[in-house]
Order: sequence, then structure tokens, then C-alpha cells
Amino acid sequence: MSVAMQIRAWTAWPMLWKEFITLRRDRLTFALMTGLPAIQLLLFGYAIQTDVRKLPTVVLDESRSSESRALVQVLQNTDNFLVIASVPDRYVAKRWIERGAARVALVIPPDYERDIKRGRTGQAQLLIDAADPQSSGAAIAGAQLAAQARGAQLLAARFSLAPPVEIRVRPWYNPAQRSATFIVPGIVGILLTITMTLITSTAIVRERERGTLEQLIVTPIGKTSLMLGKLVPFVLVGYVQMTVVLLLGTLFFRIPIEGSLLLLYTLSLVFIVASLGVGLLISTIARSQVQAMQLSFFFLLPNILLSGYIFPRAAMPVPAQWLGMLLPLTWFLEILRGVLLKGVGLGDLWQELGALTGFAVVLLAVSVRRFSKTLD
Amino acid sequence: MNTTGESITTDTPEAVSGVAPVVQTMALRKVFGTLVAVAGLDLRIERGEVFGLLGPNGSGKTTCIRMLCGLVQPTSGTATVAGFDVRTDTEQVRRRIGYMSQRYGLYDELTVAENLRFYASVYGLVGDERTARLAEHVADLGLGTRLNQMAGTLSGGWKQRLALACATAHRPDLVFLDEPTAGVDPAARRTFWETIYALAERGTTILVTTHYMDEAERCQRLAFLSRGHLIAVGTPSAVVAHFGAKSVEDVFVQLQAKDEQDEKEMKQ
Repeated sequence: MSVAMQIRAWTAWPMLWKEFITLRRDRLTFALMTGLPAIQLLLFGYAIQTDVRKLPTVVLDESRSSESRALVQVLQNTDNFLVIASVPDRYVAKRWIERGAARVALVIPPDYERDIKRGRTGQAQLLIDAADPQSSGAAIAGAQLAAQARGAQLLAARFSLAPPVEIRVRPWYNPAQRSATFIVPGIVGILLTITMTLITSTAIVRERERGTLEQLIVTPIGKTSLMLGKLVPFVLVGYVQMTVVLLLGTLFFRIPIEGSLLLLYTLSLVFIVASLGVGLLISTIARSQVQAMQLSFFFLLPNILLSGYIFPRAAMPVPAQWLGMLLPLTWFLEILRGVLLKGVGLGDLWQELGALTGFAVVLLAVSVRRFSKTLD
Repeated sequence: MNTTGESITTDTPEAVSGVAPVVQTMALRKVFGTLVAVAGLDLRIERGEVFGLLGPNGSGKTTCIRMLCGLVQPTSGTATVAGFDVRTDTEQVRRRIGYMSQRYGLYDELTVAENLRFYASVYGLVGDERTARLAEHVADLGLGTRLNQMAGTLSGGWKQRLALACATAHRPDLVFLDEPTAGVDPAARRTFWETIYALAERGTTILVTTHYMDEAERCQRLAFLSRGHLIAVGTPSAVVAHFGAKSVEDVFVQLQAKDEQDEKEMKQ
């Protein structure tokens, strides 16, 4: 074995040793690595509720009949509405919505019951504050559902018939339709994306800023050793974060773990390496830590918006979907949700694994190439 | 440019020793965009010399050192360090040199002992050999009392001493010191130079840049750079005599005035 090879083999170790000591002493990074998952989880897990429930509703019941009360009840039963007050007239109902105290007003006209009894269609009105399409969408759907249900009940009672068609819906994987079940696995992904790119990019740029990179370059340390020494400790940081989120997620948000954790942790390695690759690439571009941070956050934005972390990819225009496929997170989310919620095995995740491996290899190769052991 | 015409070599090093030089450059040149940082440098430094590189700011000293360390690629010309070509055998060169930059390159969040250990390991020193070498080195440089202090909390003088220790623990043939004593108090500068001479006595070649003229006078030979050109090489007294000046400082001031003059003429 040549002297050159001996030295190359040795150089990864001192880097690792040094990085671990630094990591242990750098309290901010340490806090970032353990505290951030917890805070993110609580913030996103509790605050981001995309399922709209219990919209504050006022009722203007001019019919004051058993039929009108039954209608209100059916609406309440959908859980989309919460009746908070009865109002005397339309003007007051309008004021409630204008003030923002109520999002929905149900108006039942005086002849509502009479019409039903005479075999005509009983008509009621639902006024919705539709400024936010997501919550108004839920209100509209809930109202239609309630009307159909009530209509079917009345028809069945009148003609003593069973309903001719019925679709029984079974929401698999997330039967309670809780958004936390959908969001929390995503938090693992988004969190790894943030910290891996941010830590890696700033760590290398910091060495450049402090002049230690210049010092390292003059030593016989290999380029690969230098990068390995930087990256390996962060892989561990990634695993710690992931474990924190999964633990808290199962404890506080009752996230199911249907599939194999071993598989999940193995596949995560590829994603972590790909994210570190992004960080490395940023570090070869950024000239200061501030720049590295800005670039990392710039990269974070499309991840939040396009990966399917919160907003469903199926709802996006096709070009946005293509863009989303260029993000490692998009593929990793499939893995996370697949393994945690659906319990799928490796057999169903080949595509995702392939895509992530591709990202990891290309990003690392490009970064190592770009990172030259010279200053110019 | 008229400055090149004045180039002189007072004593010929080949006459002094028959051994191969530690540093030899031929027409070494570096261009950054339109700026010529080093314009065709011919330099020869012998083993065990304490060699000073002088010149006003922007005269190309740092670029010159960086080329010899393999930190920047020369635009043209050749340079060998410790017998290896800096362009093609960069890694061989790196193993045989020590480099102390203006910014020291220490890890603030590592202790003195850890910094030493890290740099020694990077140069391939391991196990008992490393322990023994570092113990000896720490004693030589008087770092024993500070071993467990964080490098970030050291004063300028101690930082400088540690940086020198980190750059020399692997016993390099040649040490590059780029303005090593900038911002350090006179007492620390004196001990620093004592250490440098101790290193030189063991056969380590020292290439040092400095702005302090008392330090320049301590060098065995000097090279004056002005705007990328080598203007004079020789012992301090020979250089002073050549320029008909009273001291190295006078030479320096003359050169700087001339530089400014040239720059004005170029603008006109």
C-alpha cells in the first residue's frame, strides 16, 4: 500500500472525530436538532387542520316547525356546522357573517313545513362566507349531504321504500379522516429537508468564512474524506430528528405505524443523503453563511408547496406536478405515508427508492466535483 | 515595465550549497481576470533558510504563497516545492509543507490539545507516535499550560503559537507563514521568532511574509515584491545597499512611494 493511500484512509477519521466534538459543543445546532422537531410537530400537527369542522352557524327559523328543527339537526350531525345562535331576521344574520362571528347562516322560510306536507319541495337557504374556498367548500358539501339525507328519509317515510341506491364509503388508511394522520408523517420529511440542507450548507461555509477550510485544503486530506467527515455526523442528526417526530407523533397524534420501521429507516438513509447533497451543493455556491441560509430557505419553499406535504398534488396543474417530481421530498412522502399509514413493503416503493437514489448520486457527484481543493 | 529592469540577485544561492533548493520557481505567473497578481517570478530558496517575502499590500505576496501551497493554480510558469511540481504533484507537496495563514485556521470550539491532535491526524500521524510527537511539540512551543483551553478563548499571541504548532507538528520540510505576527504584541512576536529560529536550526525552511521591518531584518534573505514583480533578492544588508537606503524600512517606503507614482502615471 502506498503512502498516499494510507494517508487517504486515515483522513476521514480525524474529520469525523472533530465534527462530533464540534457538534456536541455547538449548543445551537444541538438545540436545533432536538428542539426543532418537537416545536415543528406541535405547530404543524395542531395548527394545520385542513379538515374544516364545526363552522359557526346562525339559524333564522321562520318555520318554527318539527320539520325545520329536524333540518337543523341533520345539518349539525354532519359536524361541519355548529349552531351558535338563533337570529330574528335576515339583517341580523347578515351582520353576524359580516362581523365574522358566524361563517354560515341557515334560513328556513315560513312555509318550509307546509310545502313538504303538501308534497312540494321544502326550500331552505344557506348563506356562506365563501371568502375562504376551503372552509366554504366543506360547508357546501356538508349542506348537500344533509339535504340528500333528509330528502331520502322523507321519501322513504312517505312511500315506505328502501333507498334505491346506496354507496357505502370506507375511508381506508385514515378512517377518522384526521389531518394529523396525513400531516405528521410529512413533518418527518419536511424537517429532514430543512435541517439537512441548512446544517450541511452552513457548516461548510462556516469553515470557509473562518479560514479553516483554507487550512484544511493545504493538508493532504482527501476531498472525499473531507466531505464524508462533514456528512456522516449529520446522517445521525437526521435519524435522531426522525425518531423524535415519530415518537411524539405516535404518543400525541396517534399516528399508526402499519409497516416495517426497519424498512422506513433504511429508505430514509437515501433521502437523508440526497438532502445532504442539496446542502453540499448550496455550500459550493454560497459565499457566506447568510447566503447559505437564504438559499436553503429558498429551496424549502417549493418543498412545502409542491411536494404534497400539505397541498394535495392531485389538485395542482400538471407543470406544478412535474416540478414537484424534481424534489426528493415528493418521493420520500410517498415512502413515509406508504409505510406508516398503508403498511406497504419495498415491493411497492421501488420507484421512489430509484428516484431518491438518483437524486443522492447526482447531487453528491456534482457537489464533490464543484468542491475543488483550491481557492480559485 | 521599468521595475523589472532593476531586478537583481545579490548572492547566488547555488554557490552556497550544492543541494537541490526547497523552493524553485520559474516565470511563475498568476492572473485574476485583468489583474496580474504575480508577474513572472523567479525564486530560489535553500534548505534551512529563513526567507522573508516583503512588499506593500497587493504586491502579490499572499498569491505567491498560495500558489506554492497549491491553494491557487498558477496561470503559467513552473514551481517546485520540496522537489515536487506544485501543479501536478500537489498532494506530495502538501504532505511536506506547513502553512499558517493570516487567519490561523484554528477551530474555536476545539481545545488546544484537540486542535493539535486534529491537524496531526490529518497529516497521517496516529497512535503512540502521534502522542509522543505532540508531547514533544507542546513542550518545545510552551503550550503545556493551555492544553485544555478552547482555542476560541486564547489571546492573539497564544492563537498564533498554537497555529504555528498545528502547522509544524508533522515536521514539514518547509513552513509558509503569511503575516504570522499581525496584531500580536511585541513580547509574543519575540518568542515567536525564537521559535522560528529553533525550527530553522532543525533544518526546516521558513518562508515568511511580514509588514514589520524589524522582523524583515531578522530574515537571512529577503525578496521584495512590487505589484507582482520581484524587485530585489538578497541579504537584508545587500538589499539596503542596493537601493542606497539606510534600512529595510527605507527601502520599503521608497518602493511604496514608487508604486503609488506608477499607479498615478498609469491612470494618466
